Amino acid sequence: MLNIADAAMSGAEIGVLALQGDYVEHQRMLERLGRTSRQIRKASELEGLRALILPGGESTTMVKFMEEEDLMQPLRDFYTSGGALYGTCAGTILMARAISAPSQASLGLMDIDVERNGYGRQIDSHESPGACRELGEEPLPMVFIRAPIISRTGPEVRVLVEHRDQPVLVRQGRLLASTFHPELSNDLRVHRYFLDQVA
Amino acid sequence: MTETSLKLKTGLADMLKGGTIMDVTNAEQAKIAEDAGAVSVMALERVPADIRRDGGVARMSAIDMIDGIIETVSIPIMAKVRIGHFVEAQLLQAMGVDFIDESEVLTPADEANHIDKNAFDVPFVCGCRDLGEALRRIGEGAALIRTKGEAGSGNIVEAVRHLRSVFGHMRKLTVMTADELMAEAKRLGAPYELVKIVARDGKLPVPNFAAGGISTPADAALCMQLGAETVFVGSGIFKSEDPAKRAVAIVKAVTHYQDPKMLVEISRGLGEPMPGLDVAAMDEKDLLQTRGW
Repeated sequence: MLNIADAAMSGAEIGVLALQGDYVEHQRMLERLGRTSRQIRKASELEGLRALILPGGESTTMVKFMEEEDLMQPLRDFYTSGGALYGTCAGTILMARAISAPSQASLGLMDIDVERNGYGRQIDSHESPGACRELGEEPLPMVFIRAPIISRTGPEVRVLVEHRDQPVLVRQGRLLASTFHPELSNDLRVHRYFLDQVA
Repeated sequence: MTETSLKLKTGLADMLKGGTIMDVTNAEQAKIAEDAGAVSVMALERVPADIRRDGGVARMSAIDMIDGIIETVSIPIMAKVRIGHFVEAQLLQAMGVDFIDESEVLTPADEANHIDKNAFDVPFVCGCRDLGEALRRIGEGAALIRTKGEAGSGNIVEAVRHLRSVFGHMRKLTVMTADELMAEAKRLGAPYELVKIVARDGKLPVPNFAAGGISTPADAALCMQLGAETVFVGSGIFKSEDPAKRAVAIVKAVTHYQDPKMLVEISRGLGEPMPGLDVAAMDEKDLLQTRGW
């Protein structure tokens, strides 16, 4: 880990994995919260980071990059050395322990299993309000795009929001995961929760 | 169209950003594309270079072929319909195709009207050569725009021309005064409300990808540096010497588009690209980009 001066020089302490996907939308949310962030494409760029967002996108594409460009272990090391991660949709798949439909490699950081495209194809994409005590009274706008379903949660995993009787926002220590996309809404609460409570 | 519906449509386009969408003509090619890291595959009957060579009428792909691709890959599937052929689009929506391309690469079914895309739940992508065309398609409900380039040419010059045109014009709108925008909307032949949005934001209200003539990793990176958020690669992959290798290279080039050192590594040992055509020497009637308006 770099010291604070070096971290400041290399830019922000919050990174967004920028292999592919809606990483710019996440950066916009962080900007609206008054936080600068930087795009991460290589292991060397993880230096000095405190928190990392794994954006929405195609998990198969991202996993392929992570394997071919030797990012798997550096990302696991980032977590074990104290870093916090938030994954949305594809990012949740990357963090999960086991993936089905079909099975694929992952970081295996969070004690959850996920089923890819759990609701079906794009025609089954939908938006729905969610209720979350931790985030306040106001309903949470939840946008599901070809979203995965979290089919199992381990004992350490806390379910923060459910949708159709399944967990859609979960936390395990320094890991936060949502199968929906707060970055496609105007609601900053999930990102604020990640920065203030998780990271 | 409801706000939710549009958000879900453009939301899928957002997920494809920074990725590569590859033209495929069968399940085997779709698998190669997925293994190479494509974010999506585009099903079509023949790649544009073959459509250009063979002539005849190019239509929506055969249902069986699309079924085969749906069964084979887990990434989102796009498929092309002829301009104005809304029934081909109804079929694709009923089959569960994730994105429909109303494409000039196929033979147009309607020379006057494009499809009313607001009437569909599935998102549409449409081509454009300039900002006016982009905004007309968005007005009809397109959730994603791609600059057309010249499909099947292996020549990047038209893609560059169209990207320059769209982005240059958007920059111009941002410095215009409010009282100039209606006249500009008239010149563009574009909906006034959308012209105002572009003038305010400096960008289209939907994602903006590039297509047409991309055959090398450097071509892909060029489109990205010119402002495209993702690229479509058609003939450029499966008409090259080593499609699997070139597919991986273009996927990587789109991610590392700002990193020349990486692009050098990525571009090594790829074999021959597809042969290219001199677009300037082509007859107007042979151009695909002039289909649609």
